Amino acid sequence: MDDLNLENVTEQYFDVLKELGNIGAGNATTALAQMLQCKVDMKVPQVKLLEFQELGELMGGEEKIMAGIYLCVEGDITGSIMFLLAKDAARHLVSKLMGMELQGEEFGEMETSALKEIGNIITGAYLNSLSTITNLKIYPSIPALTIDMAGAILSVPAIEFGTLGDKILLIQTQFTDDYELDGFFILVPDLESYAKILTALGLR
Amino acid sequence: MSELIKVGMADLKLCKSPDSVTTLGLGSCVGVAIRDPQTKIGGLAHVMLPDSTAIRNNVNIYKFADTGIAELVRLMEEAGAKRSRMVAKIAGGAQMFAFQNKNDLVRVGQRNVEASIAKLKELKIPILAQDTGDSYGRTVIFYPENGDYVIRSVGREEKVI
Repeated sequence: MDDLNLENVTEQYFDVLKELGNIGAGNATTALAQMLQCKVDMKVPQVKLLEFQELGELMGGEEKIMAGIYLCVEGDITGSIMFLLAKDAARHLVSKLMGMELQGEEFGEMETSALKEIGNIITGAYLNSLSTITNLKIYPSIPALTIDMAGAILSVPAIEFGTLGDKILLIQTQFTDDYELDGFFILVPDLESYAKILTALGLR
Repeated sequence: MSELIKVGMADLKLCKSPDSVTTLGLGSCVGVAIRDPQTKIGGLAHVMLPDSTAIRNNVNIYKFADTGIAELVRLMEEAGAKRSRMVAKIAGGAQMFAFQNKNDLVRVGQRNVEASIAKLKELKIPILAQDTGDSYGRTVIFYPENGDYVIRSVGREEKVI
């Protein structure tokens, strides 16, 4: 794995992520629709390779308040995954899931737990897709949730990517029910896991 | 008219009074602010990782606490600041997510803080104040004019260290 860094693994891994983006977002949409018991549409997901500096801009500014759901992954591959969405979009999903309007600005215990569940289901949909296309066993940990500035949340996956290069790979998906929301999905396998994923797909 | 200079992730910028320098939404990264009170030359480094020697791909020297701080000091000296007068303040290094299994990456905020302190000590630059750790993001603004380091967080009162 001497020559493996994000710059040269990118092209092939990009294709993998595109495929994963399509299938994963499709599954996530179905899961969301079932959970919310309404119709949910999605646009074709976009896979992006960004400089760290461009990240905040994509989310609408480094200081934009986002909800980030973060899980560790174990099994045949190890690493972490994150799902991010704007705080207002998160509130919308939670109120819909709970069948009531949220009171106040902050998320209470119930709302937090509902949001973790949403994150669990969405990231689970992506991980299942990855597991299916690679035939690798992937087990997610219990989700951790934080609501804070986009830049601060993104520092976590950015640092993980930072050990490999100066860019970050993410999948952007737009979900629509009666409300358009942007979801960002970031998968950070560790170095050996990149190779395992590519090998499993016959790309190495 | 004074200018507010923005520093991105894994980046650093110099500035001279009356200008100020800022970085938005620091999470586990650390914002290392240094100034020379006499010339009022200052700078801010947004470091992501503690140690450049632990990573093979370490071309971007701004990214690491050890090389980033050394480069900031070098550039400040080039601009006319004197190392012997320099003082520093640091902020950031939060642990954004609470996990039970505390592996190295999860603790990276704390390690960034430790590495920044060690590098500043090695360069003999005293640390006048720090606001680090905890679990929330910070936007910081540094004023080389008087050394004020303003810290803003979500749902918290602004503070100046």
